[in-house]
Amino acid sequence: MSQVHFISFDGVRRSIETRIGENLMRAATDNAVPGIDGDCGGQCACATCHVFVSAPWAERLPVMQTKEHEILDFTNERRKTSRLACQIIMTPELEGIEVHMPEGQH
Amino acid sequence: MKLSHAEIQAAARADAFALPIEQIDPATADYFENDTVGHYFERLRRDDPVHHAHSPLFGPYWSVTRFQDIMQVDTNHGIFSSDWTQGGIAISEPPPGEAPLQMFIAMDPPRHDVQRKAVQPIVAPGNLANMQTLIRERTCKVLDGLPRGESFNWVQHVSIELTTLMLATLFDFPLEDRHLLTQWSDVATANKDVDPKAPTREERMAELHKMAAYFTRLWNERVNASPGSDLISMMAHNPETRNMTPQEFMGNLVLLIVGGNDTTRNSMTGGLLALHHNPAEWDKLRQDPSLIDNMVSEIIRWQTPLAHMRRTALQDTELGGKHIKKGDKVVMWYLSGNRDEEAIPHASQFIIDRPRARQHLSFGFGIHRCVGNRLAEMQLRILWEEIHKRFPVIEVVSDPVRVRSSFVRGFTELMVRIPA
Repeated sequence: MSQVHFISFDGVRRSIETRIGENLMRAATDNAVPGIDGDCGGQCACATCHVFVSAPWAERLPVMQTKEHEILDFTNERRKTSRLACQIIMTPELEGIEVHMPEGQH
Repeated sequence: MKLSHAEIQAAARADAFALPIEQIDPATADYFENDTVGHYFERLRRDDPVHHAHSPLFGPYWSVTRFQDIMQVDTNHGIFSSDWTQGGIAISEPPPGEAPLQMFIAMDPPRHDVQRKAVQPIVAPGNLANMQTLIRERTCKVLDGLPRGESFNWVQHVSIELTTLMLATLFDFPLEDRHLLTQWSDVATANKDVDPKAPTREERMAELHKMAAYFTRLWNERVNASPGSDLISMMAHNPETRNMTPQEFMGNLVLLIVGGNDTTRNSMTGGLLALHHNPAEWDKLRQDPSLIDNMVSEIIRWQTPLAHMRRTALQDTELGGKHIKKGDKVVMWYLSGNRDEEAIPHASQFIIDRPRARQHLSFGFGIHRCVGNRLAEMQLRILWEEIHKRFPVIEVVSDPVRVRSSFVRGFTELMVRIPA
């Protein structure tokens, strides 16, 4: 099991355990982490699992696909570190990954 | 003799499962007016999930009826175009001689992207939070003013009133004229070919021109004023939308009016009807109002206020084993996908504490996903929170009257009575 830290918009930190191979949207929704909705069920078809990935984990993520880029483009506060949690698959390199949540999911 | 609701449903079910498959045309207006289309969709999902039909009104088209196939179409805008130059987003074609409305939902990237982004900030999280108090005050006022002990039309007194007030706020539209917004919304989606009661083409165009004139006046007032936070100001002050053509201006107005009006209005009515038909679910709600958030998503799935969105294939492609040809009209039936048991367990039941209730198709997916979804959810949540505080019982006293349309799935009448 690996640790993931979700930090809500108002600063509340929630740490959960997930397994290698699981995506971060599913990890959050299975553990009832508020602020991650995952409306499309993890198909990169909405932007309701938008997160900001902290350093140093942000650089360890695979390059994003076109679809993720397009969908993120319609979020309200896209940043350089913006990703969709459903597209972040847990690997050993991501142990302890920390992500911040935007004010709202859209 | 008028058939009962149950008799109409039974006859439709028999018909849906007896018809030769190639004769099934789910865009038949009667099916929507009688609310029998679900039987035909069930047959198609089982026997021919990507189905070709020839509609006497709309010509040849594909029906996509399963959740996953709909998702595939909705998220591949490079193959399945929304652009008005290709035919736009509804099964009906613009009447001959009428210019198609150029709204951003009916555009492909990059034009779509810049216009959508011009209006999107109005529903940003901070703005929604600011609107919450106003929405609650109005909801309370409307509910407190409802008649007791006598029957009234919920559509008129609650659904239309609340959504029109909201829309007037978003446009900063004079409240005393807000009935015009409802009128324009209804006219914009009316189709005389489908509904004989609809206005004629001339009446329709005259009304839309009145709308354009009214909004042009507001635009002119605001374009030279300091930027306000309403939709008109936002478009007037954004370089990407400031110089829209008249067709784009009119198109985007229709989009925002219909998008912000018809949809939530019909979910406000549909939710009440669903609870009336499912008394055990209403009991759950009475006992645990914390279910309201989840129930709102379930109501939106259940109602599916826009029954479909249409795309046009930009190239030959394959979908669910069928060969779609370049130029083919492809209709994603959200209403059918939202009843697909393979994607949604017990999809034919209304369950307010359903797990993963948010995973429905009513807002669409991909780049055209509903821009106002969070606002709609908030309006519905507040409505049900305030209903819960006031009315343990709202009796539905007759069958609803439904809109005769395969696009807007809604109601013109739902007679109810709140015990005195």
